[in-house]
Amino acid sequence: MADLHELTAVELLAKLQSGEATSVQATQACLDRIARLDDDLGAFLSTFPESALARAAEIDRRRLAGERLGPLAGVPVAVKDVVVVEGAITTCGSKMLQQYRSPFHATVIEKLLAADAVLIGKTNMDEFAMGGSTENSAYRLARNPWDRERTPGGSSGGAAACVAARMAPLSLGSDTGGSIRQPASFCGVTGLKPTYGRVSRWGLVAFASSLDQIGPLAKTAEDCALLLEAIAGHDPRDSTSAPQSVPAYSRTVKEPLKKLRLGVAREHYGEGLDAEVEAAVRKAIRVYESLGAEVQEVSLPHSRYAIATYYIIAPSEASSNLARYDGVHFGYRTDEQAMLAELAAERKALETAGDQRGLDELDAPLVRMYRKTRSEGFGPEVKRRIMLGAYTLSKGYYDQYYVKALKVRRLIRQDYDAAFKNVDLLIGPVAPTAAFKLGENVNDPLGMYLEDLYTVSANLAGIPGISIPCGVTAAGLPVGLQLQAPAFEEERLLRAACMFQAATDWDDRAPESLGRPA
Amino acid sequence: MSLSRDEVQKVSLLARLLLSEEELESMTAQLGRVLDYVQQLEELDTEGVEPMAHAIDLSNVLAEDAIEPSLSREAALANAPKRDDECFRVPAVLGD
Repeated sequence: MADLHELTAVELLAKLQSGEATSVQATQACLDRIARLDDDLGAFLSTFPESALARAAEIDRRRLAGERLGPLAGVPVAVKDVVVVEGAITTCGSKMLQQYRSPFHATVIEKLLAADAVLIGKTNMDEFAMGGSTENSAYRLARNPWDRERTPGGSSGGAAACVAARMAPLSLGSDTGGSIRQPASFCGVTGLKPTYGRVSRWGLVAFASSLDQIGPLAKTAEDCALLLEAIAGHDPRDSTSAPQSVPAYSRTVKEPLKKLRLGVAREHYGEGLDAEVEAAVRKAIRVYESLGAEVQEVSLPHSRYAIATYYIIAPSEASSNLARYDGVHFGYRTDEQAMLAELAAERKALETAGDQRGLDELDAPLVRMYRKTRSEGFGPEVKRRIMLGAYTLSKGYYDQYYVKALKVRRLIRQDYDAAFKNVDLLIGPVAPTAAFKLGENVNDPLGMYLEDLYTVSANLAGIPGISIPCGVTAAGLPVGLQLQAPAFEEERLLRAACMFQAATDWDDRAPESLGRPA
Repeated sequence: MSLSRDEVQKVSLLARLLLSEEELESMTAQLGRVLDYVQQLEELDTEGVEPMAHAIDLSNVLAEDAIEPSLSREAALANAPKRDDECFRVPAVLGD
């Protein structure tokens, strides 16, 4: 029997149901794996060994008693540390929330618990989900299980790495501009960003509210279908959640799509796309052709403006959302005595110098408290985005930047609407390259932003996208294939992904070097 | 366009951040580059295009006006950096 931590969720559920394995065994196998590998990989920020094992034992007991169990009964699930779990710490990868214990569960957590899943821990991420390498985590460096010197991607780097390293079969991430799909691509796992509104955002700590969406990461599309089905659906607590009913993804996912029409956007194969990534994607397209799909070229003429549009809209929303971190209601607060003493010294110096203007402009104690708190609690990338957003929303620039970006956002959406008149899905790369080296992009914010080239459009348009493994580079790094579908067509995406995974074995591959001493 | 250090300083107050000299320096350069990049949207004629603030068309989502349980005061105050039995505490707001 394969080790329990190696199994997909669907395989594990079969063994749990047949009595070949228990949830306690499976949970322990994942916890052991974390204990063995995660000091090095840095995928988790916290784990719940005691409560997870207790819950697994309870589910095993209920199973033996013949009780009716939920669809994820006894399966370990990892949760990105941006989703709140009642009573547990949720840091968002930020020093600002080092001690924050949520007084409530996110809706997706309530749903996971109702499905009888076992929560094993919270995963590492870029601070407040801002970044593409998890290097903006205030806590620890995350490594790519395929190559320790490389990033697992981000912002859901821990969420993808823990699945790749077989530390958890299922994992929840969040995607604002590619934060599920890009790390899934870098780590050789499957990750889906649902349609905006498909999954409740209640309890997802906000980054950019019109773009954020929670979604599943797992080894296969079949597992993603299972997890998405458990977490999706309308939620009266999230006024932007969609009223559409949720299809039974897990029941249809293995049905191949007949006469599938795939669109290849000519703009996706331009400058900047790595040759090996392009070759893997083109090979994947041929796999679909061999499965009966018809491929045609389409155009998304405004896609070249997507990054510029995104990096106005997302920071604007972030600057507004992150205003809540004020050192008053929760989270970090600067040392008040030191702050007041500093302010008194500044006042005295200004008085001595007779600088009336300086005195007039000197911060009031409350304002200084906010400013010191936020400057000490946030890391550099979060500060950059808050500044960018505050600037683009400020008087005189609002129309020039923010409103302009909202207009271009509509043009980007219209490109998709036109393309989907002729094709069922779009097929292309997830990221322009395979996983890059740690430290490679940290001093170049704009360069890091340009990595999001192929993923941000789906968030701007609100449509779903999935990343599935489709190859490996000469250096042994996974390459991801992105499929995008019209709004609320996750079922189509999952079935198409599953077709590919049935015909290829890229999703079965695990990083070989794992477990070897570093 | 280029961003001036003074503008960055001004925005830092709006954003309730306090930037060190070095941060002001690097932020001015980095934000300037990003703003130069996003300037490319100017090429596009967006006359008559309706701004799209949200991806799905939902409007006037209303909730029943019904009383539901909410957080207790104790739970709401539990994460406060500074509090008393009833309130969040902040530095004096009015002058001394």
